This record gives sequence, structure tokens and C-alpha cells, in this order.
Amino acid sequence: MEHDSTHSDPVAVADHHAHGDDDAYHPGWSTYWKVALILLVITVVEVWIYYIPSFSASRAFVPSLLAMSAIKFGIVVAFYMHLKYDHKLFRALFTGPLFIAATTLIALLFLFGQLVARFGPGK
Amino acid sequence: MSAPAAAHYTSTGLDSRKIAIWAFIGSECMLFVSLISTYLIYKGRSIVGPFPHEAWTSPSGQHFKPILNIPVTSASTFVLLMSSLAMVLALSAVQNKELPKRTTGDRILGSSKLWLWMTALLGTTFLGFQAFEFTSFVHEGLTIRTNLFGSSFFTLTGFHGAHVTAGVIWLLTLLAIDYRRGLGPKDALNVDIAALYWHFVDVVWIAIFTLVYLIK
Repeated sequence: MEHDSTHSDPVAVADHHAHGDDDAYHPGWSTYWKVALILLVITVVEVWIYYIPSFSASRAFVPSLLAMSAIKFGIVVAFYMHLKYDHKLFRALFTGPLFIAATTLIALLFLFGQLVARFGPGK
Repeated sequence: MSAPAAAHYTSTGLDSRKIAIWAFIGSECMLFVSLISTYLIYKGRSIVGPFPHEAWTSPSGQHFKPILNIPVTSASTFVLLMSSLAMVLALSAVQNKELPKRTTGDRILGSSKLWLWMTALLGTTFLGFQAFEFTSFVHEGLTIRTNLFGSSFFTLTGFHGAHVTAGVIWLLTLLAIDYRRGLGPKDALNVDIAALYWHFVDVVWIAIFTLVYLIK
């Protein structure tokens, strides 16, 4: 995604200077609408595959949905929450608890039998 | 207080309010993952219906359709995603308030009131969808006490709805300040903090939409 900071775009130029907190770069309108479009397209694809019986019954259905959801999550966090441009401490404050929480979630799903690991040849 | 709050810098050189909101969001991640974990652990373990994706006939012969309404929830998801776009535009408008607005497009993009109103309106629309969904579920026989699905579903989505409600109230307070004295670049951090909270509520819904509604 390109930066919008061109001298012909006063909004984008100001984005560089308007921050009193940490001088982090924030993208402008030209990035934001593209991000919104990508989020919209991914959501449409998610709902679309939900209504394809052959695909929703296949083994690729759940991994596909999880991957698309993760992409949407990452895009919003990176561009709308500006974590891509912000200080690494903010990144650590967000990803640290998220990692712990996600690991706990996966562990709980194994513990309660909602996820099963199969090693070696199955019966 | 008429003057904007002074910056609270820490030894890191970062504003303490922004560190605080990120720490808060980190803790909120844990809260919502615990609620999502509960939902996923109970998924498929309800003894009686209605069920999210399957029809069910009770021992008394009453027939229940799959309860989740994907088209309605897809629409509400679209509304919440667009509210995030409106929120970043509101923040951008506040940051760039003092720049000259030469064209109509500049004036529209530079109107913090417009984008704050838009965000609050879209958030309220999302809450309307949720109220419709909850009401229709109750009419179809699913309450928080009906089965494990009902308990975990209403708790998870209810908590999310409460967060959206808090976000809408926060946005309305920013709007009130904007009307009273105008929001400018000096207020950008305060709006940024509200925006971070709003986007967090959005990303939580992205996860809920997939894990609760779409995965059968």
C-alpha cells in the first residue's frame, strides 16, 4: 500500500505533522477507502462461500473462513488502528495479550475435545 | 474544562493516555477471547434446540428452524465495517482541521462533525440490527436460559453490543465537544483514543461473525 504523503495532497501532508503524541504516520483517504473496499470484498466472499453447499461441506471451508477473518482483522489493526505505523510498544501491548489469549483458546479447545490432534496413521 | 488536556509524556516519550488505551485493548482481547472460548467449547453440546445452523423438532412436535439469520447479520457486519471507515475519516478531519479546504471534497472530508455523526449513526444502526436479532430469537424460542448455545451466544454478543453502546456514547460526547468549541489538531489524541476503541469493537465483530455465524 503506497503512502499518501505527497506535497500536492495537503490532507496527507498534514497527517505527518498533526500528531502531538508520537509523530506517527497516518495514511489518508486514498488508503482508507481502498482498505474499506478490501474489507467489503472479503466479507462478500465469506458470505458467498457460506451459501455454496459443496464448498461449505468441504474441508477447506473452515480454514478459508479463518484465513479471511484473520486478514480482515490484520488489515483493520494495521491501517485503521495505525499499528503498522505506530510505536512498537503499542504493537507489543496489543499482540502480547492477543497471543496469550489465542494460545489459551487453542489449548482449551484441545482440552475440551473441540480440536483433536492426530499423530501417525489414523484408524 | 475549556482548554484541551495537556500531553502526559512518559519516560518512553509516548503519551501515557495512548499507552493506557492500548493496554486496555490488550486486556479487552483477553475478555473477548474468554467469551469466544466459552462459546466454542459449548458449540454443538446443547441437548435441546433451537440450534444455530440445524433445524430441530422438540419431543412435543414443535419444529424450529436454524436460528441464525446470515443475511441480516451480513448487513450489520457491513454497517460496522463502514463505521470504521467513517471513524478514521473523523480522526483525519480533526487532525487536519486547520488546513484550507479548497474543494467540496476537501470540505466533506474535513468535516469532523459529519464523520462523527456518521460513525455514531452506523453504530446505532448496528445496535438496531442486534436488537432485531435478539427479539426475533426470543420470539422463535431461544433465550439466554434455553440451552448452552443460547447462554454463550447471548453473553458473547451481548457483551459486544454493550461495548458498541459505550462507543456510541463516547462518540456523542466528542460530537458535543465539537459543537461546543470545535475539535482541532490539539484534540487529535483524544479522538484517536476513541477511534482505537471503536476499531477494536469492529475487529472483535470480525472474529465473532466468522466463528459464531459462518462456521457451521
